[in-house]
Amino acid sequence: MKRVLISVTVNDQRVEAEIEPRELLLDFLRDRLNLTGAKRSCDVQVCGACTVLLDGLPVSACNMLAYDTNGRHVLTIEGLAQDGELHAIQKAFIEQNGLQCGFCTPGMILTTKALLAARPDPSESEIRSYLRGNLCRCTGYHPILAAVRAAAEQMRDGDERVEI
Amino acid sequence: MQEFQIHEPRSVQEASALLAQYGWESTLYAGGTELLLLMREGLTHFPHLINVKNIAGLDGIRLDDSGEALRIGAAATHHALERSGLIAAYAPLLAEVEALVGNIRVRVTGTIGGNLCFAEPRSDLAALFSAWPGASYELNSTRGSRRVPAADFNTDLFLTVREDDEIMTAIRLPVLASDVGYAYEKFAFLERPSANVAAFLTLNQGQIRAARVVVGSVGPAPFAAVQAAEILRGQRAAPALFEAAADAAAAAADPVDDIYGTAEYKRQLVRVLARRALHRAATRAKGDGS
Repeated sequence: MKRVLISVTVNDQRVEAEIEPRELLLDFLRDRLNLTGAKRSCDVQVCGACTVLLDGLPVSACNMLAYDTNGRHVLTIEGLAQDGELHAIQKAFIEQNGLQCGFCTPGMILTTKALLAARPDPSESEIRSYLRGNLCRCTGYHPILAAVRAAAEQMRDGDERVEI
Repeated sequence: MQEFQIHEPRSVQEASALLAQYGWESTLYAGGTELLLLMREGLTHFPHLINVKNIAGLDGIRLDDSGEALRIGAAATHHALERSGLIAAYAPLLAEVEALVGNIRVRVTGTIGGNLCFAEPRSDLAALFSAWPGASYELNSTRGSRRVPAADFNTDLFLTVREDDEIMTAIRLPVLASDVGYAYEKFAFLERPSANVAAFLTLNQGQIRAARVVVGSVGPAPFAAVQAAEILRGQRAAPALFEAAADAAAAAADPVDDIYGTAEYKRQLVRVLARRALHRAATRAKGDGS
């Protein structure tokens, strides 16, 4: 089958690769780029463990063709920390114990990032609605919700300081 | 997943020509939220995928020239509709329903046209548009263009009136008059609804002039609860009336036992959801609702 050349920006780095059209984004990230933060779990875009951000919006890498990321920006959990400093959302998850085994955590954090970009001050129901498609089998969700609230608060405070 | 080639038509005409050329070996490809799942499972395979995501304008959302209806490009994603200012202003019910579809990732990639053409019986949108007064779909091919009422589109499980070389290009959604009350209710503990009900009521000083109730997810395609509508028509909006209409809607449903619930359970869901939908629709029509 004819291979196609794609050029995609992954975690701020331009990547060019020759792929088969059928190559899944999740395999592209994990096997080709060794970015294993996105996890294969349910494999039917229900659980959210493979969540990455495509042009800032959450997608299931398990059910997306790498082909469709050509010319676009992909952010995985590996690209979130800057200069060795964890992102505010990552810190909030640690501080609030928003994880146990950690398998769902990359997806939870990236989904939270997209939520807070769209809604810096989300209501409780907005948080629950946005994260509804990310499943966690350890925490019982309450620490995760607390982490999202804490991250939102921290990031808003950060914004305010910048504005002054 | 077996191998395939992706084609990149630049126009609807070109896409339709590709469909005609490759016949059963080809299918339209947009969000892939349904198609890729099936292909990955080996349940179906198409050597030629015709990508319609990059056709300019196919995802546009605008008021049509009459100003009386929204014209929604079939390649618009659920997320785009959920966030669209035009949809919020002219079809707030659609924005409300879109926010309930699947999960955020499905909404970001999945398209409105893909959802409708896949014709999965547990579709939020198929039930909604099937009930929406005057809603229609635009289908195009190299042979020409036609418009199909949304209520006539689904024919059976995963089947529609769309011909193999036709492309759904737009959804035409009339802007509702202020005397029309509307509501959509669903119950879902999995990704897709176990049952859903859409209701539209036209009220004149508390009297129901027109009613349309559509039940989805509990049969091969959404169906109009005709008897429920007959019970409502000409009557004064009241709880007991809604109760009777909801009973009729539940009686009209013919659900089966599956992972979404037992038949009996789903029938009861239809009853409860229909009652709630009618209440909300009537409240909105009176203008004192949210």
